[in-house]
Amino acid sequence: MSEMPMNTASGVAGAMAQPQLREVPAVRMEAVYKHYGDFTALNEVDLKVAKGEKIVVCGPSGSGKSTLIRCINHIEKHDEGLIYVNGIELDHQRKNIDAVRRDTGMVFQSFNLFPHMTVLENCTLAPMTANGMSEAEAKDLAMHFLTKVRIPDQAEKFPGQLSGGQQQRVAIARALCMRPKIMLFDEPTSALDPEMVKEVLETMRKLAEEGMTMLCVTHEMGFAREVADRIVFMNEGKVVEQAAPEEFFKNPKSERARTFLDQIIH
Amino acid sequence: MSHFSPTAAVNYFFNYFLMKGVLVTIGLTVAAVIGGLILGMGIALMRMSSNPVLSGFSRFYIWFFRGTPLLIQLVVIYSGLPQLGIKFSVITCALVGLILNEAAYLAEIVRSGFMAVSAGQREAAWALSLSPWVTFRRVTLPQAFRLMIPPLGNSINSLLKATSLASVISVEELMRRSDMLMQEHFQILEVYAAATAYYLILTSVWDAVQRRLEKHFGRSSAAKSRRVAARAPVAQTSAEARA
Repeated sequence: MSEMPMNTASGVAGAMAQPQLREVPAVRMEAVYKHYGDFTALNEVDLKVAKGEKIVVCGPSGSGKSTLIRCINHIEKHDEGLIYVNGIELDHQRKNIDAVRRDTGMVFQSFNLFPHMTVLENCTLAPMTANGMSEAEAKDLAMHFLTKVRIPDQAEKFPGQLSGGQQQRVAIARALCMRPKIMLFDEPTSALDPEMVKEVLETMRKLAEEGMTMLCVTHEMGFAREVADRIVFMNEGKVVEQAAPEEFFKNPKSERARTFLDQIIH
Repeated sequence: MSHFSPTAAVNYFFNYFLMKGVLVTIGLTVAAVIGGLILGMGIALMRMSSNPVLSGFSRFYIWFFRGTPLLIQLVVIYSGLPQLGIKFSVITCALVGLILNEAAYLAEIVRSGFMAVSAGQREAAWALSLSPWVTFRRVTLPQAFRLMIPPLGNSINSLLKATSLASVISVEELMRRSDMLMQEHFQILEVYAAATAYYLILTSVWDAVQRRLEKHFGRSSAAKSRRVAARAPVAQTSAEARA
């Protein structure tokens, strides 16, 4: 695997991207708009994510970060522009939406585990009902991923019995059970107590090391610095700046990014 | 008659004729709950639909049946509709009235239950590629149902007593049969004491059933408060707990 942690934005077209160049990008957004009434959540957003790339999306609150990644699996419907996920156009047609959702997994800020099901049932429901897997197969699969996120021993508990960090790791395992090609993280650690952030980031880091394509909205700049291939900085619905982490943190080009970084890195 | 005869009251309580009336009351209640739940679920789904015709109809339905007395509804169905050539048996009339009326109340309970399930639950289901049916059946319905049980219990308690109105259209349920016994023997207090005891027994039994249901469907959240407390030390010693 040609892992290149030093991948820069311009480097996508450079040496390391050679084998990926002919590949269909994991995500391609062209002039995407999203409005909520008078409010423009996404304002002509262009974004291209190569397969295997790890993107951290950051920016002040209300800048459209969450909307951006929620449009990728059509949980939010974009109003204008084109979105392709693994070459499938998100044109609001049912079958394309379904196809895209099968390729993507999502982790939410508030976990959104099903509270009335055990951890194991949370993980087996989708493989069994959407993929027609047998219960035994689905359980094996679920235990595989629960082991991977290091909570196999909590399989029979209900989400409410787990800590926030454990719940979020279950949510990651649950998403992985559908074997997605792209993982979307919407502020996965924002609802966690500080001492639990680490265990979730650790799980995400492991996933990144395995070559998963990841788009992650987060304020965890340490994680961004270490794991991201590229930082996408948003403000007022626009992608203001894209750069490799070291470049972005050292000398952000835009004034807005500079003030943002000043505010969050203290 | 200048005194109350407990013996007579007890005799009425074990009166076979009255007991059969109790069975009719139970039957009316059970049938109206089942019918009302099915119809109410449909009305609630229509109310939540984005189709303006469906939600408009449902709104009208709820407004109409909650806004008029059950007594009038029963009388209209029983004595009014035949004027238009629509005739049902007495029991059918009572059931139609009770179901139509109960559905309006249950629809609002069902709707509030579904609205209380967070949007995030649906989003998670979408993100996992669950079909709309599986999302409804396995994700939203069980959670909504748990929230519906307390108001549902309340409504069923009311319904149980509201079946007494069917006596007006000559359904021989508990109330009607009490009336009949009373007119035969004029032991007013004694007869109604027996009937009152039966209503209290029925509502108490339902209370117990409702508590059972709440416990059963609340087991995951109950597990949270009870077991977490009990098992906290175990969780903390497990190597996993806090990284």
